[in-house]
Amino acid sequence: MSVLEIKNLHVNVETDQGTREILRGVDLTIREGEIHAIMGPNGSGKSTLAYTIAGHPKYTVVEGEILLDGENVLEMSVDERARAGMFLAMQYPVEIPGVTVTNFLRTAKTAIDGEAPSIRTWLKDVRGAMTNLKMDSAFAERNVNEGFSGGEKKRNEILQLELLKPKFAVLDETDSGLDVDALKVVSEGVNRAHANTGLGILLITHYTRILRYIKPDFVHVFVAGKIAEQGGPELADRLEEEGYDRYHVAESATQ
Amino acid sequence: MQSTALPTPEQHGIRAHSDGPIVPVQTRSERFRSTDVADFAPITGREHEWKYSPVAAFADLTSGELDGSRVEVEATDATGVSLSWIPRDDARVGRAGTPEERASANAWSSFGEALLVEVAGEEAKTVTVTRSGLGTAPRAAHTVIEAAPFSQALVVLRGIGDARLTENVEVVVGEGANLTVVSLQEWTDESVHLASHFARIGRDAKLKHIVVSLGGKVVRVNPSTHLAEQGADVEALGLYFSDAGQHLEQQVFVHHDAPHTRSRVTYKGALQGEGARSVWIGDVLIGNTATGTDSYEQNRNLVLTDGTRADSVPNLEIETGDIEGAGHASATGRFDDEQLFYLQARGIPEDEARRLVVRGFLAEVVQQIGDAELEERLIRALEAELQGS
Repeated sequence: MSVLEIKNLHVNVETDQGTREILRGVDLTIREGEIHAIMGPNGSGKSTLAYTIAGHPKYTVVEGEILLDGENVLEMSVDERARAGMFLAMQYPVEIPGVTVTNFLRTAKTAIDGEAPSIRTWLKDVRGAMTNLKMDSAFAERNVNEGFSGGEKKRNEILQLELLKPKFAVLDETDSGLDVDALKVVSEGVNRAHANTGLGILLITHYTRILRYIKPDFVHVFVAGKIAEQGGPELADRLEEEGYDRYHVAESATQ
Repeated sequence: MQSTALPTPEQHGIRAHSDGPIVPVQTRSERFRSTDVADFAPITGREHEWKYSPVAAFADLTSGELDGSRVEVEATDATGVSLSWIPRDDARVGRAGTPEERASANAWSSFGEALLVEVAGEEAKTVTVTRSGLGTAPRAAHTVIEAAPFSQALVVLRGIGDARLTENVEVVVGEGANLTVVSLQEWTDESVHLASHFARIGRDAKLKHIVVSLGGKVVRVNPSTHLAEQGADVEALGLYFSDAGQHLEQQVFVHHDAPHTRSRVTYKGALQGEGARSVWIGDVLIGNTATGTDSYEQNRNLVLTDGTRADSVPNLEIETGDIEGAGHASATGRFDDEQLFYLQARGIPEDEARRLVVRGFLAEVVQQIGDAELEERLIRALEAELQGS
């Protein structure tokens, strides 16, 4: 059984104003098949956690470790992490001009599997996944994320999630900017991937809205670079009613 | 501190031409022109048309004697396209333009016969004219490509092997014709190629002109397009990949000289390795008769390593207020690390991710050629350039 462990993670980022400490000791363990929601106010470090797990060069780990089935993830390059079974669905996926979705998907699949997928089953898989995500077939011949609407970009992220079949996926505010129909389609895709592959999910979100469609096993509240509180799905319900205000109060009271 | 004397005009290379202006001209259409090399002052390297070029590397082509005999030409068969050699005093020579600088004039003064490529017939066809075996001695050449009214064709003018060549290429597009000309430079590493293309586009005719420079030590291809009649349209595209020590240059000029003419200029290049250089100058002149003009030009450079230099200079002159649109853009950027991160986050190794991004960047131009076989071949050639890193 696969497990992703984050232990005492401290992360800095270099800014024009100097070094800033963003993560201040994060501990988190996700097992295969589990869905963890990480919720928190803006600027609490949720996205930093997502990008640090994926290995974005902007973030420096100053203390702590990330282990995937005991392997040191921090020593792996970005692409090695992906090939080890990690996936990050990005909040703002970048455009890749001149590279079609078809070409990109096939290249990524080949890299992840270590061999090119068989053409017939692959085309069928891609078409099937696109149909499930209510994506027009013309989409495949467009350049990656170029001129995509917000909803199309998010669908494209989930399309990759379904086709690349990672062990663990971090979804960085996948719900942001989606109308309710798109949110449902995207959530269904996440649930499908979860059911089909036993995917472990770290669902990062500002809002409780997506939790109506993707049911978390655990909810963690992220405040000022670490986990301030954790619990089951009921914690999300409480956040829906009360918001994040009481954490700010608690934080300022301790200072 | 030493006193500095003002440079004399002699030092500055600014001498009176026999019949030209004394000060450097600003308006593109008023530049000095002549087919006789003797009318041009020796090149100092400070002239606006030469200041970005390594002029010492090809002094033989701009001021030396040139071999103007026929070059070796091989052409594919295409119905409706014929090739012949015509004498330099033939009436079909000199209709599309006149040299504006010394390399072009030296070629004009030196060529013996011109290669005439005649295109007729309304059905689409492709002809590839390959020039090879030009050798390492300085040469001159002259080519006239003529598309008959309402004809349609794609003409590829390809250069391979060694070359030290200065040449002029005239493109005459008859009314209603639809012509694509691809100038494909795949010379050997030590080759030097200086070319001026002059296109004259007739009423409601369309020219797609594509410069693809991959091989050669110094390659300078300068296409000038005269949108001479109402409804004339040019799509000027360029693609270059400059490696270590390579100088690839293009000075593009579009002259809107009639109502309702349209131009689109898109040049894209990648630079990789120590001393890799590219130059793009894009001049667009919208004359006072060119009402309803629609024009846009852009140059994009992708810098892949340290030690490269890309010069990019767009110029726009507008002499009438009554136009539909005119714009320009130029951007030279480093590799986008966020694109790299995105691809790597999907398991694609860094070197492959880089290739994918660069290929994508340049493919935008390749995809517009309109000939699948050539497009595929160019993609493969670009792959080879990228592998060379």
